Amino acid sequence: MMASMKRSILVALWFVFLTFPLMVVRVNTLKNTVEWRWLNMVWVFVGAFVLHNLWRWALDKRQKSRKKAELEDGAEADLHIGQRLLQEPKLYRPFLLGLAVVALLFPWVLDVYQVNIMVLALIFVVLGLGLNITVGLAGLLDLGYVAFFAVGAYSYALINQHFPALGFWSCLPIGGLIGAFFGIVLGFPILRLRGDYLAIVTLGFGSIAKIVIENWEEFTSGAKGIANIPRPGLFGIDMSIEGATIYTYYLMVLMVLFTIFVTNRLKDSRIGRAWMALREDEIACVAMGVDMARTKLSAYALGAFWAGAVGVMFAARNTYINPNSFTFMESAIVLSIVVLGGMGSIVGVIIAALVLILMPEYLRAFADYRMLVFGAVMVLMMIFRPQGLIANVRKTYAYRRAERGENHG
Amino acid sequence: MDYFLELFCSGLTRGSIYALIALGYTMVYGIIQLINFAHGEIYMIGAFVALIVAGVLTIYGFSGFSILILAMLIAMIYAAAYGYTLEKIAYQPLRNAPRLSPLISAIGASLFLQNYVLLAQTPDFLPFPQLVPDFAFMEPIAHIIGSSELVILVTSAISMVALTLLIKYTRMGKAMRATQQDMVMARLVGINVDRVISVTFIIGSVLAAIGGVLVGSYIGQINFYIGFMAGVKAFTAAVLGGIGNIPGAALGGLVLGLAESMAAGYISSAYEDVFAFGVLVLILILRPAGLLGKAVKQKV
Repeated sequence: MMASMKRSILVALWFVFLTFPLMVVRVNTLKNTVEWRWLNMVWVFVGAFVLHNLWRWALDKRQKSRKKAELEDGAEADLHIGQRLLQEPKLYRPFLLGLAVVALLFPWVLDVYQVNIMVLALIFVVLGLGLNITVGLAGLLDLGYVAFFAVGAYSYALINQHFPALGFWSCLPIGGLIGAFFGIVLGFPILRLRGDYLAIVTLGFGSIAKIVIENWEEFTSGAKGIANIPRPGLFGIDMSIEGATIYTYYLMVLMVLFTIFVTNRLKDSRIGRAWMALREDEIACVAMGVDMARTKLSAYALGAFWAGAVGVMFAARNTYINPNSFTFMESAIVLSIVVLGGMGSIVGVIIAALVLILMPEYLRAFADYRMLVFGAVMVLMMIFRPQGLIANVRKTYAYRRAERGENHG
Repeated sequence: MDYFLELFCSGLTRGSIYALIALGYTMVYGIIQLINFAHGEIYMIGAFVALIVAGVLTIYGFSGFSILILAMLIAMIYAAAYGYTLEKIAYQPLRNAPRLSPLISAIGASLFLQNYVLLAQTPDFLPFPQLVPDFAFMEPIAHIIGSSELVILVTSAISMVALTLLIKYTRMGKAMRATQQDMVMARLVGINVDRVISVTFIIGSVLAAIGGVLVGSYIGQINFYIGFMAGVKAFTAAVLGGIGNIPGAALGGLVLGLAESMAAGYISSAYEDVFAFGVLVLILILRPAGLLGKAVKQKV
């Protein structure tokens, strides 16, 4: 007890030392003044002390659960409570019904501002589900996902500028297809790359997309952005801003449902199983006769398709876009949604997207610390719960012997 | 001709900074096959610590060279401490995890450190004091190569030579090379692999901090986001030279710096960053092993 106490104090002192120049001192090089914030030192000490104890406790727990898993070799892993909820129709049906009612009534109970935020959160749900295909199912870490989102948004804005006759509804699939096209074009040269190289190249693509949009004045009108993008139309009826927002909200709900439907079907399809096999072991997967190029490209294309389509939605919701909406930050947010939710898990991703996007909107005090927390969450999730909040349950065939009641997988 | 020479010198300067940061990437990758995404952030923290130290010292009446030396030293110490702690928290618990896990953890650590500096200090650009004085003997050629540029070139050359000597002739260097070749075997012959990894992070961070302080003083302003671009470019340099290969990182940095400087000077400076990424993508597609690297066959 004494020893661990001493250790925690030492660690806390180490962090006080570590954070001293950045947390305590603030210099103003123009006025030549120094501000000493001694109080921060106390906070760091207390915080580090508490966090270190939590950290040790969590690491211990992780160790124990691993040992346990090794001892009970072959036994079925305990399902998480969230997963059990999902597998029991009696439990999740009323829940879904309730959710549907809430989703339907939402815009009539709360004001336009809330609805608008909800639309944004739903946009990130679709982005999360799209990236979930590439990262979660196929295991291709894509750090430039926002590029496809930008492609979708700009294709709607630009098509609308040059061919206004096409309108929102034809642009929605066009945006998706252009996104998918870029997914294939960019995916093609990097087929041979593995995990970490892939990450950095996609990061490069994401940044290139933003720089090109910013600098190609004649085509994209550069950093000024494009304004006056029409909202989604409904048979040419004129709607008030309020009405249009509510309409956009319902469209987004439909789009989320459609995305869930498609990704869910994809997950259990032949191509979905190929993706997961590729994620688990590329060499074994190719040796089993899976066409690597086709599988990877389809994962890229489908992931990019959703980003493109929802990009059109985003442009229509904002009615104004500029390159600053498509930075690395957005890619990082979408990635943390997928990581937090559980790679490959649809329900997890939806919950994570809603939490991560809505929480900073409603907890204003938290908003400043948003990216700090996202970063910490990504590290902690990888260490303590790499499978995410609600882990993806793979479909397995269970071989049951009815008479003996045994249950070996 | 003067314009070309000026571009050449600024390219060399840039390149040697990229090389300093790239060494950290390459050393870490060589030993644990991880892209340390947060390495650029260590560079940024080094620059910030130097700025703060220099600011405090200026107010308390220190002057000239003593500020440069002290700021540099303290920045190096702090960068080393951050690098060490980063490895212990974000990477060590993931030693045996699937490959995607430490990578995501690294991205998270990078976001965390960026926002930590943003919140603890400021989101704005801070003016960085000019730590390197203008030398009188540089006067005649000052339009081609400035005093800070000279200091950057000399310092990075010294650092790289020191690193090479360290890896070639010390016990720790030998242990590092052994761990790079085969971690399990190194452990079997009694090398403390965890310590080797820690030392690798510390050395890489110190080099990054040197780069950070020199760049801050050269460019004259820093903010919390400078580590991102510098990190990506240094990584490009490391890949260009052949990742895991130390002379390769130095060569890659210089080639990238020169190419970028020429492209910015003769073509267009708006697309400077696109150019660096273009080089990265081309190298990965055409020659993934890099200029000096050997192609490694994967065994099953």
